[in-house]
Amino acid sequence: MTPVLRQNAIRPATRIHAVGAYRPDVVVTNDDVCQWIDSSDEWIRQRTGIQTRRRASAGISVLDMAEGAARQALDRAGIEPSRLGAVIVSTVSHPYAMPSAAAALTERLGATPAPAYDISAACAGYCYGVAQADALVRSGAAEFVLVVGAEKLSDFIDNHERTISFLLGDGAGAVVVGPAEEPGISASVWGSDGSKWDAIGMTHSLGKVRELESLARHADQSDDQALISAALDIWPTMRQDGPSVFRWAVWEMAKVAQRALDAAGVTAEDLSAFIPHQANMRIIDEMVKQLKLPAHVAVARDIVDSGNTSAASIPLAMHRLLDEDPSLSGGLALQIGFGAGLVFGAQVVRLP
Amino acid sequence: MASNEEILAGLAEIVNEETGLAPEAVELDKSFTEDLDIDSISMMTIVVNAEEKFGVRIPDEEVKNLKTVSDAVSFIAGAQA
Repeated sequence: MTPVLRQNAIRPATRIHAVGAYRPDVVVTNDDVCQWIDSSDEWIRQRTGIQTRRRASAGISVLDMAEGAARQALDRAGIEPSRLGAVIVSTVSHPYAMPSAAAALTERLGATPAPAYDISAACAGYCYGVAQADALVRSGAAEFVLVVGAEKLSDFIDNHERTISFLLGDGAGAVVVGPAEEPGISASVWGSDGSKWDAIGMTHSLGKVRELESLARHADQSDDQALISAALDIWPTMRQDGPSVFRWAVWEMAKVAQRALDAAGVTAEDLSAFIPHQANMRIIDEMVKQLKLPAHVAVARDIVDSGNTSAASIPLAMHRLLDEDPSLSGGLALQIGFGAGLVFGAQVVRLP
Repeated sequence: MASNEEILAGLAEIVNEETGLAPEAVELDKSFTEDLDIDSISMMTIVVNAEEKFGVRIPDEEVKNLKTVSDAVSFIAGAQA
C-alpha cells in the first residue's frame, strides 16, 4: 500500500509581532551632497523632500545593521531566536554574490539551524519578505519568521551622479512574523514588470568588471590610458531613469495599492497609516492624492531624514511611526514597496 | 476631438494645476524646462494628466521629445487623429 504523505498543519492567521530598526551613524546633509553635485539644499528639498540621509561609516556592514534591527525586533516580540523557523534578508547591497547575508545573520543571532536566504527584490524586498513569511507561517512550514530589509547603498553609489545617488541612505529594518488569533497580514498583491528591467539598475554587470580588470592587468600602462581610466571606474554603481520610474511609481503603484486594499477587504477609511516605500516625497504625496486617503490616515514620511533606504525603508518608517505615535499600534496600515526589477508588493497589516 | 486651441487651453490648465503658473504664460513657443521652469518629474505629472484629459497615450520615450508647448500640442493632436 502506498503510504500517505504527511503535510504540515496549516495555521489560520498571522501578524507582525514586532518591528526593529537600525539607523546608522553618519548624517549626510544636502549641503554635503552639494559638494559632489551642482545643486542646492532648496532644490533637493523641493524635488525630493529629503533634508538629510543616514549612512553607515566604513566599519559597519549590511550584516551589522541587519543584526541591530533583528535583535530589536526579536526583543520587542519577546521571541527567542531559537524559535525562528526561517530568516529572510532582503538586500541589494550585501557585497557577496554568495553566501547569503541571511545565513550569517542567523548564526549571529543564535538562530542556527533555521533556514536562511536572501531575496533580491530591491525596494519591494521587504513586502516580498512579508508575503513569504506569511505563507511560511500559515502553511505550517515555520512558526516565527524574521524578515529583514538591510542596505548599505552608499557602497554602490557614485556621489557625483545625479539620477539616484543623492537620494539614497543606509539602514536596516526588521519584523517578526508569527501566528495570530485574528488575521494581521492581508493577501499580498505582488508582481514584477521586467519590461522595465533597465529603469533602475547598475552601470554595468560584474562580468564587465572582470573583463575590464583582465584587460587592465594585461595593458601596457604607457600607451593605454583610456583602458586604465575605464578600469578605474570599474566599480558598478546605481542609476535610474527618474521620470519613468516616477510615472510608474505613482500611477501604476496607486493601482496596486488600491488592489491591496480590495484584496484585504478594507477601504482607505479603515486605515490608520499608509507606509509606502520611502523613494521620494513627491511620489508619496502624489500617491496619497491618487488614493484619496482621508486626513486621519498617518502617512509615513521618514524619507525627510533617512533618505531612500530601499528594502529597509518600510520597516524603518513603520518603526518611526509607532515610536512617535504608539496609539497607532493595533491599527491597520497599507504598506507598499516598489523598485528595481521592476517589482512591487503590497499588503495591509495590523501594526504591532 | 479637440482643436489645437482647445488642446493648448487644456494643457495650460494642467500646467497651472501642477505648477501654479498663470495659464496665459503657457504659450506655443515656450520651452517646458527653459521658459516655464518645469522639471522632469512635474513634466510626467503633466503628461499623465494630459493623457487622461485628451484620451491619448504619451509613451515615456516620447516625453523627451516634447520640448516646447507646441511639440506637446502637435503630438496630442496627432495622437487624437
